[in-house]
Amino acid sequence: MRDFLGLTPDPDRGWALAALTGALSFPAAKPGAIRAAVEARMDATLFAWSYDYVGDLAETVALVWPAAPGPNRAPDLSEVVETLSRSSRTQAQNRIETWLDALDPTGRWALLKLITGGLRVGLSARLAKQAAADLGGVPVSDLEEIWHAQSPPYEALFAWLVGGAEKPATAAPGRFRPVMLAHALDEQTDFVKLDPADYAAEWKWDGIRVQAVSEGGERRLYSRTGDLISGSFPDLLTALDFEGVIDGELLILRDGAAASFGELQQRLNRKTADAGMIAARPAGLRAYDLLMDGSEDVRALPFAERRARLERLITGRGGGRIDLSPLVDFSSWDELAELRTDPPPGDALMAEGFMLKRWDSTYLAGRPKGPWFKWKRDPYLTDAVLMYAQRGHGRRSSFYSDFTFGVWREDDAGRRALTPVGKAYFGFTDEELKALDAYVRDHTVARFGPVRQVQAEDGEGLVLEVAFEGLQRSSRHKSGLAMRFPRIHRIRWDKPASEADDLSSLERLLSR
Amino acid sequence: MIRPQSVLTPRPAGLYCEPGDFYIDPVRPVDRAVITHGHADHARPGHGAVAATAPTLAIMEARYGADFAGSVQPLAYGESWSRDGAEVSLAPAGHVLGSAQVVVRYRGMTLVVSGDYKRRPDPTCAPFDPIACDVFVTEATFGLPVFRHPPAQEEVAKLLSCVAQFPERTCLVGAYALGKAQRVIALLRAAGWDEPIPVHGALTRLNELYEDFGVALGPLVPAAATSGKDLSGVIVLAPPSALATPWARRFADPVSAFASGWMRVRARARQRAVELPLIISDHADWDELTGTIAELAPGEVWITHGREEALARWCALEGIPARPLALVGYDEEED
Ligand SMILES: [Zn+2]
Repeated sequence: MRDFLGLTPDPDRGWALAALTGALSFPAAKPGAIRAAVEARMDATLFAWSYDYVGDLAETVALVWPAAPGPNRAPDLSEVVETLSRSSRTQAQNRIETWLDALDPTGRWALLKLITGGLRVGLSARLAKQAAADLGGVPVSDLEEIWHAQSPPYEALFAWLVGGAEKPATAAPGRFRPVMLAHALDEQTDFVKLDPADYAAEWKWDGIRVQAVSEGGERRLYSRTGDLISGSFPDLLTALDFEGVIDGELLILRDGAAASFGELQQRLNRKTADAGMIAARPAGLRAYDLLMDGSEDVRALPFAERRARLERLITGRGGGRIDLSPLVDFSSWDELAELRTDPPPGDALMAEGFMLKRWDSTYLAGRPKGPWFKWKRDPYLTDAVLMYAQRGHGRRSSFYSDFTFGVWREDDAGRRALTPVGKAYFGFTDEELKALDAYVRDHTVARFGPVRQVQAEDGEGLVLEVAFEGLQRSSRHKSGLAMRFPRIHRIRWDKPASEADDLSSLERLLSR
Repeated sequence: MIRPQSVLTPRPAGLYCEPGDFYIDPVRPVDRAVITHGHADHARPGHGAVAATAPTLAIMEARYGADFAGSVQPLAYGESWSRDGAEVSLAPAGHVLGSAQVVVRYRGMTLVVSGDYKRRPDPTCAPFDPIACDVFVTEATFGLPVFRHPPAQEEVAKLLSCVAQFPERTCLVGAYALGKAQRVIALLRAAGWDEPIPVHGALTRLNELYEDFGVALGPLVPAAATSGKDLSGVIVLAPPSALATPWARRFADPVSAFASGWMRVRARARQRAVELPLIISDHADWDELTGTIAELAPGEVWITHGREEALARWCALEGIPARPLALVGYDEEED
């Protein structure tokens, strides 16, 4: 991608970057119009059957498009973007049709994905920004800092990255500042070198890290990678009644108490929020750092000073939706370790562990080693029985490498039976994978496409010690719960399947 | 005038010709069978008398052993035999080596059973011969407008540029043992790939059989003989089923490719964990199916297997009487 951005001229590379980061939208070209265009050219029933089979609108249209012959010419990217952004719906539709006539199926697929916004998949935005930063040999945090002041096709940005021009100005109010990240603490090597008196400790909350910006009337919420997420949390946006930039955790806060990550997930899955959702799951901000105090940049001040200013800034603000992440008193690492395994009642029970921040640390973009550590709680462990295995992908495609495991519970007839509780596809070595794969092949009792059902009963079954980060109630799973980040911790070749855990032991965790 | 339904009738064992008293590609053992081509779902063992082209008979013998049928009758393309006024002959279908359409003429009426067919050029078999007919009995494996195969040469060029791009990896190409594998090899040779090609043991018999019938495949070596050797930048051929077995693990970090018409649809490629989908098919795509019907302009179209409803709908829109025969036992995945 970096090569592509380097070799492609302006403005095409800028439009490509915009498409990958989700910065493009074409109100004049909507999926409905594309469907209408194809149905005007072919039998609607044949199209419907095709769509049924393929399952993706852009791909179906790309494949079935009955191209009309003519002096058609494949468009370049900027022609598409510029034409669509100044066309009426009718004009847009005509142009799209002539482009589809001129392109081959792959080109048609790319065009349709571009105009329906489907190119932006998963990590692509982050990777695209990383590629652009690599092209200019600058840290991605430098690019993120100015990103929101730029707009497609990003000519000033590329002029800076590869043209030797000045870095574009960042003065725009409401912009994103790159965040400071923590290193994972290594208990063996780090504690001996660290003096507890140098560090402040906070609970590590199980929400999402956000940057809440309120500057000169501009209010915005950014994810830690600089994606704008204001749209999903209008309730929190209205509560940002301070002047400055706060680093904190977005949580569902009900009467000051944090709800589980699962509840937050419900809101993250939606691009907008309706009143019912907001009332049921109100968003809140648990503040832990300050980047801008009013119009003053405080990132170069020590943490102790920023923290004091943060407390002053948010006192009496936020209408109950903003609170302060409390500091935890401790005098030795042992004392903190005890708190970590046995947290006090309240929200701390749901924390993922501790954040340790040097009192004198300035706020630096990226992940500097030393000033900040995260010290996660040890994972939960459970002994489960392997039930199903599925083939992996890519270089693992010849192995059964995705494992569904279950624990015991009593079924309706009072018999002890396994119920699936999760799926894991990592945590094992290559050697262990080979052994697991051989086990699956030797103990298959049924096949469903790429999935094999493995012998799993009282007398015969393979016990997997599964590590996971947390449990949530889930109506989608038969067992009624869902695991966070499950992975295979150990294979218990030695343990009889009948001695694996019961569902009740997991349910106890849930109620804690 | 006689009704075509009384000349050819779908029965549980397959399509039956009453005047000639034989079945075409029966899926159960019968007394007399005419076999269109050697794919396992069309050519089954255990029939009494079998008529087919010499390559098809040789393929059946290679697959099932010398006693795969009570007696055999080799037929050259164009050669005919008659029985009770029904004249039967075979015409090239362009699907795989020896593949044939079955042409039945009875009391002035011509019925053509295409078997599996394609219209694209294929260096390993004789091209489809269009024969004017009253009833065209067609397959419809790729009978949906989404299936439009690109030129096979372009797909082979994709394979070669992948080898050039990843010279340190082995390119493991899944291709069906009968027809597809030999076509991919022949296309590679035509594109200038002269290297020895390691092949999975399951392909050896059929490769030799193709060579015996005059299809040159160039230097091939058993993949088993390459163990311990450096296979960087090498193209290896194997049946698709072998790609997901421990056999495939002998290759370090292979690029997995799969030559099949199903690769046209991204989800199908993803489902099989294919990194390099090669859209190469030995079946007619949508344009070939509809183009052939338009070219032959038969009085009626019957559809044996595949996506019958979509092709029947197209015929209806074109005003051509069509009926799906709903024959069972033909494996749509075989391509
Ligand atoms: Zn076939």
